[in-house]
Amino acid sequence: MWDYTDKVKEHFLNPKNVGEMEDANAVGETGSLNCGDALKLFLKVNENERIIDASFMTFGCASAVASSSALTEIIKGMTLDEAARVTNDDIADYLGGLPKEKMHCSVMGQSALKKAIADFRGIQILAKPGEVVCECFDVTDLEIIDAVKTNGLETTEDVTHYLKAGGGCGQCLDRIEEVIETAKQAQEN
Amino acid sequence: MDVIYTDNNATTKVADEVIETMVPFLGQFYGNPSSMYTFGDEVGKKIRRARQQVAQLINAQPEEIVFTSCGTESDNAAINAAIKAFPEKKHLITSVVEHPAIKNLFSHLAQTQGYEVTFVPVDKKGRLDTDILYESMTQNTALISLMWANNETGVIFPIEEIAQKAKEKGILFHTDAVQATGKVEIDVKAAGVDMLSLSGHKIHAPKGVGVLYVKKGFKFLPFLIGGHQEGGRRGGTENTAAIIGLGKACELAKENLGLMDTQVKGLRDYLESRLLKEIPATSVNGDTENRLPNTLSMGFDAVEGESILMLLDRKGICASSGSACTSGSLDPSHVLMAMEVPFKSAHGTIRFSLSHYNTREEMDLIVETLVPAIDKLRQMSPFWKDGKMI
Ligand code: FES
Repeated sequence: MWDYTDKVKEHFLNPKNVGEMEDANAVGETGSLNCGDALKLFLKVNENERIIDASFMTFGCASAVASSSALTEIIKGMTLDEAARVTNDDIADYLGGLPKEKMHCSVMGQSALKKAIADFRGIQILAKPGEVVCECFDVTDLEIIDAVKTNGLETTEDVTHYLKAGGGCGQCLDRIEEVIETAKQAQEN
Repeated sequence: MDVIYTDNNATTKVADEVIETMVPFLGQFYGNPSSMYTFGDEVGKKIRRARQQVAQLINAQPEEIVFTSCGTESDNAAINAAIKAFPEKKHLITSVVEHPAIKNLFSHLAQTQGYEVTFVPVDKKGRLDTDILYESMTQNTALISLMWANNETGVIFPIEEIAQKAKEKGILFHTDAVQATGKVEIDVKAAGVDMLSLSGHKIHAPKGVGVLYVKKGFKFLPFLIGGHQEGGRRGGTENTAAIIGLGKACELAKENLGLMDTQVKGLRDYLESRLLKEIPATSVNGDTENRLPNTLSMGFDAVEGESILMLLDRKGICASSGSACTSGSLDPSHVLMAMEVPFKSAHGTIRFSLSHYNTREEMDLIVETLVPAIDKLRQMSPFWKDGKMI
């Protein structure tokens, strides 16, 4: 059984801000049924770019539900600029931590938020730069390099916990390892 | 809070009668069964009795029974013995839905020792593709190893027929009967298998004890080389109390086999039909015609397994999930994937596995807990709207 904090359990059992928001003016969606978790984030943003309401719908494990609930609580009242600086670590910290195998749940929150902000601002998120390494979860080498650098990831397992890359068919695992090596070497130089 | 235990394919409660049988051998009777004095031989006698009890359950001879530490050891020992017996043959056959004790060892042998392994596929109902199986048997095949019944879906493989075909081709046949033992009748003679594994803790004996049946006449090369215990087929001082407990558990399993087909199956079918009726967009995984009487694998569309388990756990209900998210990986189990169960229900699959200790009241409580739990999760799910999957 996972070692979930009381806060994770509380947010799973009694999630805040659940449901579709009819009058949302920003929506961000991430994940899919195939992946095993998905999040749809709804925001109501006022003319000063302040988030006056947030809600979510989540398909996933207890930590995915808790991360979504925490995210909506964190960003309510923030301006979009402030919200854009919220990271997955902020979500995990708010919950008193997540098991490392479940960090991708908080990453999903951060990514849905980015998409919602882009949606409000009318920015189209274009095809991701870089080369797709993991087909199952659509993760590029640049994303892996970035995650390795900012979070000090060491192994393919760490990468899977963070980005899900490699968590499906596993055919990309060798390639992930190469990318990690390149990222590490780049850091050393 | 009382526990409602419906995860008997994972492990079982040790029967009270088994504990009673074991206790003296944890205290008073601590002699080594190999010793040359009466104090040790008292224990030796009990082990001989346990060997008979195990043999009786599966219609074997006592000298065909080798005690091991678990099902995994039995599986590994069988495979290793087979490849040592036929070093010139470099082909092995198994299925895609085996337990990791088989699957991972075969993959390891393929990677490190140049074995070619055929992993026979299953269809959408989890039934083995016997055409592919039979076509893949060659002169070069050292061993076929197939589970008697699947741990997740309970689907039963046609072991007797396959063993017969293997025999005709002179191929050794091993079956992992860890899940089938005590749930359906196992007769090694009628089935015609060369080796069979079973595990104590799946039949109300303690953990840490298993059995490998080795047919008389097969020159079995040991996996653990040491003293002359187990007829030289497995060295190491016996786990005496557990072995004696396992003997008792086998005796009970034989007596209770009838209950499996009546009481336990009745409860399973009751739970299944209520859940199908009361929760929309729900399906049963696996061949319902040919399935262990205690197992129910159910997929609930648009929700995820770990979340369901957590809500059940709050009411003390123990079951297990078909999504590997509970183990840190993100894919549904390899069994559900091999069966091509659609993602929409595979991620939300829960396995209930019952025993004769379960009651009808417990089944009612499971339904009463699960109906609102699934509803709550679906209201939160982005894939569910107005009572259906979107
Ligand atoms: S391609 Fe990465 S897990 Fe399948």
